Formats: sequence, structure tokens, C-alpha cells
Amino acid sequence: MDLGGKVAVVTGASRGIGRAVAVTLAGLGAHIIVNYAGHVEGAKETSMLVRDLGVRALIHQADVANQEQVDTMMQQALQEFGRIDILVNNAGITRDNLLPRMREQDWDAVLDINLKGAYHCTKAALRPMLKARWGRIINISSVVGLSGNAGQSNYAAAKAGLIGFTKALAKEFGTRNITVNAVAPGYISTDMTADFSEENKTQLLSGVPLGRLGTTEDVATAVAFLASEWAGYITGQVIVVDGGMSM
Amino acid sequence: MADVFERVKDIIVEQLGVEPEDVKPEASFVDDLGADSLDIVELVMALEETFDLQIPDEDAEKIHKVGEAVQYVLDHQ
Repeated sequence: MDLGGKVAVVTGASRGIGRAVAVTLAGLGAHIIVNYAGHVEGAKETSMLVRDLGVRALIHQADVANQEQVDTMMQQALQEFGRIDILVNNAGITRDNLLPRMREQDWDAVLDINLKGAYHCTKAALRPMLKARWGRIINISSVVGLSGNAGQSNYAAAKAGLIGFTKALAKEFGTRNITVNAVAPGYISTDMTADFSEENKTQLLSGVPLGRLGTTEDVATAVAFLASEWAGYITGQVIVVDGGMSM
Repeated sequence: MADVFERVKDIIVEQLGVEPEDVKPEASFVDDLGADSLDIVELVMALEETFDLQIPDEDAEKIHKVGEAVQYVLDHQ
């Protein structure tokens, strides 16, 4: 697989899955726009890892929930690189609670970043892809969007929403050689899952046939495949990367 | 007028992959030039970029023919 000369925007790339995606795509030769919302030290570290691989990295702070900030980021990317080939909508947060206890602001925050953020970024990145008649959009969903999870109704709704978004766009832009796919990670070892209790972890692992937590690289390699020419005839799909948990 | 028409024509030829001689003012994008809804959206985007315009949806929906696109550009430049 080779992404030499391609330009990829990865949202939420300051840590976790986003960082692994940025580094993996960079390892295949893509230049990376490292987007982050607040974790600047992490974003700098990601871009160092990217540059160590001999490609260019552009760090850009933008809240994906804000169209204006997203537009500015994409414009800067275009100025810097002249193209955007790959967009990975990864930025995401959780605000877990059982529904009776879930505040409207927690519902809104999760939907605004996880789902509306993808709308903002995709809308802004589409223009150069349409012109180029080539594009790869990869939305990071979650197994929670497929099978639900108690205490995560906002997150599950947003992640399921991303799957519908993926499929609609796959139909809209197929004729322009722009593929749109989703990756649905299962139980991946990141900051987001670090707070799980040992008991919770043990119980979750008992339902994973591969018997281990996923790594961010496990997810990133699936993303890289979808971003490559090798996946040129795959669109509108959801690749589940969960060690077999949700079969 | 002639200059705008030529530039609009170039955009249409490139965007829709049609022959230049088929791009006449009275030609309908959909019926005569085979454009689908995404082609129209892309055409509007290209017009916006080329002529530095912002074309609102309600205006874009009224542009059906080549001549209407040219007239829109002339009126809003």
C-alpha cells in the first residue's frame, strides 16, 4: 500500500486512534493535517512522529463543531498542500450517563462533535475531492453505534448517525470516485477507555474472541487500507475492528 | 457578455464532458447536456469560484439553461 504524495486531514489527531491513524498514513507517505481541539502538546507529539517518517505535518487547532473553524483549517490545508485527498473524521468525545440523568448539554456536546463535526469537515473537504475526481472519506464510528450500550445513548446515536451519513455520501459521490466508509472500533485501549474498572474490563474481554483489547494501530491499519487504492471498489461499508466482539 | 459566455462555456464543457458546439444559450443542463443533480451542484460551485460569487440555493434552483447561468453571472458580478 502506498499513499505517497496524498494529503490527509485527520481530526482529533492529538491522541488515541487519531494519532495512530495520522502516523500510519504518514508511514505510507501521506502528508498529514493534524487537527486537535485542545490538547496541543499531544498534537505536537503526533506531528513529530509524522515528520520523523519523512512527510510533512501541519498542526491546526479547530473545534470540529464549528463550521467556520473547520473551513479555515481546510483552506489552510489547501494553501499549504494544494489538495485534500483523504479525510478521517475521528474527533469524538463521550459524556456517558443513563438517559434520565443525561443533561441536554451532554447530549448536544456529543452530537455536535461526533456527528455534526463530520458534517462540517466533510462539507469543507469535498470541494477539492470533487474537483480531483478522487477522494477517501473514512468516518470513525463505533460498535456502540451498531449494538448500543447502556449509558451511552448520546454516543450510540452519534455513532449510528455516522453510519447513515457514510452510506448516504457513498451514494452521493460514488460517480466521482470518492469512496466513503466507516470503521467501527470495539474495545480499544485509549484514554477514552482507560477509566473502565478492572471488573468492567474483565467482563468486556470475556466477550472478545481474540481475547485482548484492541490497539489504536489495529484501527489505524483498517483506516489506511480504506484510504488506499487497494480499497478502490469498497464504499458505503462499515468495517468492524473489535476482535470479534460484536459478531 | 461574449467573454462571460465563453468562460461559462469552458466550465460546462469541462464539467459535463460535452462538445463545445452543444453549449448554446438555450440548452438545458439536464435535458440537453445530460447533467444530473450533482453535476448542477458542481457547476454552481465552479461558477462561484471562477466569478467570485456566492450563489444561494434559491437562485441556483432557477438556473436551468446555459443562458440563465450567463445572465446570472452578468447580473451579479
